[in-house]
Amino acid sequence: MAGHETNGHIRPDLERIVEWVQPGARVLDVGCGDGELLHALVRRKQVDGRGLELSMDGVRCSVGHGLPVIQGDADTDLKDYPSDGFDYVILSQTLQATRRPREVLEHLVRIGRYAIISLPNFGYWRVRMELLLRGRMPVTDRLGHQWYETPNIHFCTIRDFITLCDDAGISIERSVILGAGERPLPHPAASARANWLGEQGLFLLRRN
Amino acid sequence: MTAALPDTKVLSPGNPPLSPARIVVLGQDTPFRLDSGVELGGFRIAYQTYGTLNADRTNAVLVCHALTGDHYVAEKHPVTGKPGWWNLMVGPGKPIDTDRYFVICSNVIGSCMGSEGPKELNLVTGKPWALDFPVITIADMVRAQRLLVEYLGVDQLFCVIGGSMGGMQVLQWAVSYPDKVYCCLPIATAARHSAQNIAFHEVGRQAIMADPEWCGGDYLNKGTKPTKGLSVARMAAHITYLSEAALHRKFGRNLQDRKAVTFGFDADFQVESYLRHQGISFVERFDANSYLYITRAMDYFDLAADHGGVLANAFQVTGPDGKRTGTPVRFCLVSFSSDWLFPTSESRAVVHALNSVAANVSFVEITTDKGHDAFLLDEPEFYQVVRGFVDGNAERRGLAARVG
Repeated sequence: MAGHETNGHIRPDLERIVEWVQPGARVLDVGCGDGELLHALVRRKQVDGRGLELSMDGVRCSVGHGLPVIQGDADTDLKDYPSDGFDYVILSQTLQATRRPREVLEHLVRIGRYAIISLPNFGYWRVRMELLLRGRMPVTDRLGHQWYETPNIHFCTIRDFITLCDDAGISIERSVILGAGERPLPHPAASARANWLGEQGLFLLRRN
Repeated sequence: MTAALPDTKVLSPGNPPLSPARIVVLGQDTPFRLDSGVELGGFRIAYQTYGTLNADRTNAVLVCHALTGDHYVAEKHPVTGKPGWWNLMVGPGKPIDTDRYFVICSNVIGSCMGSEGPKELNLVTGKPWALDFPVITIADMVRAQRLLVEYLGVDQLFCVIGGSMGGMQVLQWAVSYPDKVYCCLPIATAARHSAQNIAFHEVGRQAIMADPEWCGGDYLNKGTKPTKGLSVARMAAHITYLSEAALHRKFGRNLQDRKAVTFGFDADFQVESYLRHQGISFVERFDANSYLYITRAMDYFDLAADHGGVLANAFQVTGPDGKRTGTPVRFCLVSFSSDWLFPTSESRAVVHALNSVAANVSFVEITTDKGHDAFLLDEPEFYQVVRGFVDGNAERRGLAARVG
């Protein structure tokens, strides 16, 4: 949270999300952690922002800094939010930690006119190599947990995610795939290259 | 209204205030209609203020007290001599900063520290009201506060804050007057009194009414005092304000000034002695009939019932386009993990209702083993959350960091 007060350096994927959000929008950040993204959105885009966070430490930190955040669980609490209650609902690096990712995704596009999702790509070549060559569950910078203690219980590849969106009647309005060093790749999200070279994907979604 | 507008008082750290309570007679122009249907023609409200109202009259904070509280929030209590009940929350540099905000707290109607209630003289009969005093509700308390706030020259309150029954008043304020509250903090509270809570209150009331000195409520005229009953009521209630862990940490099974149990019914255990002390000291400052009236008001509280049985409806307002929309009031709910009287689930029910109308709401559960009373105690994280919420909203409201 210390970083919140200094204007600027937030995670590159969060930086992209800030760019995508229209100024003054109503935003719900699901799994908002200690409020880093929410703070940036309120400061730089003057959004009417709310947060939902599972960890009490994160919630206390955010509320203690004046951000409207409630303690709650994306898996159980999203159903209480009204349809079209927000312009954007953001789920950053959290979908893979939910118990029912498809239901969560469907709630996101119901509650928001748009949903913005960022997620790690389990098809990233380093991840594939860990499994292929070492025969071990991958532990990388972005996926830094051992299999027995990871909160990430529903991994997918970029290709898997695009398929899920198709199945669920969700259109991808915009996407960026970030490769090594969090640099954007020139390849379209649906390409095999993006799924091989992309470490994470960012998607702007809307229900059909 | 009879009294003139009072001067507001400025607190400074080296100069704690000790002024007589202010009492105003309200509701004289138009009769004050209670939920029970009874009309009061003029009633007294005792109150206290701290800090200075700014020129725009936008920095007023209303503090709502709990069941046995009063308006001595941040100063020495005139009866007990103890520090103000929310000294940790209200004062210069505190989360409710009296250098920044104009803080108002009034004794609820029905209580016994100067506001109209069963202990006061009925000016029509010249005798104490006793059980002739009409039954009041949380909404009645809030209506009376609204008259006081208007009388003090404040249209919209910047913030309404309170714990337990104070939190019920906070919720009622937001529901009754959504355009008169900018932000609010309902703490350790619920949108309705649970069956268990009503049950505990009934035990307390029965203890009072079983005391022969209660005299059918007429003890003030009979010259008696139901101290035994009121004391037992307080002892039972006090247990509900603590947690098992807190009681164990404080007393365990330790004996009181003795090496072994006495095989009698004296206070062998420290916890017994402590409860007896709580009971005895309580009767010195509280009126037994007021205890009946105020516990009843809490029992009757049920916000959803007043709105078609759906709590979310309570938090909807009619917008300028005639459509129903979520309340504009900004909420921060706080609960305490070991509070079993107003458990976290009660706060969460309010949060869910607010979410369903897309209201602006924060919610924090503070981890503590101190039980319901934690909202009055030194819980640094609690004060950090309140400070963050209040400061954030003050900034948004454009309030200066200091008045003057």
